[in-house]
Amino acid sequence: MSSQIAVEANGLSKTFRNGEVKALDGFDLEVPRGQVVGLLGPNGAGKTTAVRILSTILQPDAGSATILGLDVVKQATQVRRIIGLAGQYATVDENLTGYENLTMVGRLCHLSKPEVRTRATDLLDQFGLADAGGRPVKTYSGGMRRRLDLAASLVTAPPVLFLDEPTTGLDPQSRLALWDVIDALVSSGTTVLLTTQYLEEADRLAKDIVVIDHGRVIAKGTPAELKADLGSTVLELTLESAESAASAAASLADLSTKAPHVDGPTVGLTVDAGPSVAAEALRRIDAAGFDLIGLNLHEPSLDDVFLALTGRKAEVDTDAIAQTSGRKGRRTKESS
Amino acid sequence: MTDLATRPSAASSIRWAMTDIGTITKRNLLATIRIPEALFFSALQPIMFVLLFRYVFGGAINVPGGIPYVNFLMPGIFVQTICFGAASTAIGLAEDLQKGLIERFRALPMSRTAVLGGRTTADLVRNVFVIVLMTIVGLAVGFRPVGTVADYALGCLVMLLFSFSLMWGFAYIGLKAPTSEAAQLMTFPLLFPLTFLSTAFVPLQSLPGFLQGFAQHQPVSVCVNAVRSLMVGGPFHNPSAVWGSLAWSVGLLLVLAPLAVRAYRRLS
Repeated sequence: MSSQIAVEANGLSKTFRNGEVKALDGFDLEVPRGQVVGLLGPNGAGKTTAVRILSTILQPDAGSATILGLDVVKQATQVRRIIGLAGQYATVDENLTGYENLTMVGRLCHLSKPEVRTRATDLLDQFGLADAGGRPVKTYSGGMRRRLDLAASLVTAPPVLFLDEPTTGLDPQSRLALWDVIDALVSSGTTVLLTTQYLEEADRLAKDIVVIDHGRVIAKGTPAELKADLGSTVLELTLESAESAASAAASLADLSTKAPHVDGPTVGLTVDAGPSVAAEALRRIDAAGFDLIGLNLHEPSLDDVFLALTGRKAEVDTDAIAQTSGRKGRRTKESS
Repeated sequence: MTDLATRPSAASSIRWAMTDIGTITKRNLLATIRIPEALFFSALQPIMFVLLFRYVFGGAINVPGGIPYVNFLMPGIFVQTICFGAASTAIGLAEDLQKGLIERFRALPMSRTAVLGGRTTADLVRNVFVIVLMTIVGLAVGFRPVGTVADYALGCLVMLLFSFSLMWGFAYIGLKAPTSEAAQLMTFPLLFPLTFLSTAFVPLQSLPGFLQGFAQHQPVSVCVNAVRSLMVGGPFHNPSAVWGSLAWSVGLLLVLAPLAVRAYRRLS
């Protein structure tokens, strides 16, 4: 119980449809106490399956997992008392009001009636739903539902929280609001495992990132480490015209580890030693008499990392996912 | 933190299971009254059945013993209606599954039987209201129960228990159905033969010989005969049907409830 690891998974495997679909294939994970770990991967990578096993909803075919030292299969009931689950498929009852949803979950977690009332009112306040608390959830916007869903997972103030794609299908403003809420939770000491297919979200919220594809971990580390592993910095120079960019690219080619990338008036170089190469590039441009309009030296984005690791773009068509909600969508997703 | 690993005693497990069933029952009943349109139309359907059989088909159906058809009919309509009411267990569960609510419930430290227990209890409460409503409608169209109020109440209990047993079978269907629409469609092939190839609407003698064997012994007929014995009596006095219906109900419950609970535990 005194372990500093809040969530631990060893060799989790799970197949669906009698072995046809391998959702998880030897999945390992360690989430230290009080940290946010982002589980990043494309659709069908196994993120949701991992969360469903860790939250005791699904039993693994092989491997084991513990939450604060408690086994998710053998001690499932005890695990359920210390976790919260929110996200795309754990949901709220739209015929009940926001307040009724929270009190129902509180009662099912065996809190006393007065405790449940106080907690529901506090959470509605905290999540900006105080005015909407008495209305049936079917009148709520998508962002309000997600906030209520998150609030419902927090009724018992669980030390470990699973957020399964918490902002999928949300508009940017609601997403930012939800990020702030998650930040506040983490600063209060909650351990969070967050799955997402948005690199920006993992970068913004998670201290450590685990990249998963085909049911296995393919990379892990802090966002900075993952980017550093890619091993290069991007130098972008913007000139006055596309023609000068093209001729500048030719004279700068030997500075870049890959062929220079020309996009309109902008030349992109992949460089090893950022600042010194930038200085050399500027000298050459000056000597050739080009007018430099802009210069940008940046670390690779997680997008670049993801592309390098999985060979495909991370941000897939999320509208399609948002539309196929519910059980049918879930099954399709796991099989994809 | 040490109390996290301790297992609760059996007595407190049962107490919590009852509390959880109560919580889920309340939630289901709240959801029912929040959709008044569904409530209205689900009440309208049995009323239309009463009027249809009482005034359209009734004249063509001869009942032995010279009792009015409406007295013969009402116990049949009662049982048919509560059987259809039991099917709502399948639809409700399939809907909760489809919307992801059951996903949330399964990650909560609640009793594993509460989702099914709360659903069937709520549907049973609904059937109580349906019986009250149908009694009023029946009295309005000329139904005149014979026998004491206690007999009538016992008749109601017999069919409520029967519907409760059926609900666990429908719960199984609801858990296996891919969508709530599919769940609804899947209940028809069960409901139609059971309620129409029975003694609910016509006397056994009027059925062709090859159907009589099935129609006489199948559980819906036995339940109808039990209710008829208690509410109408006379030529339909049949105490063995009352015992028969209770036996069917208990037997079905013992088979169907574990089946449904197992299906719930094995959801993936």
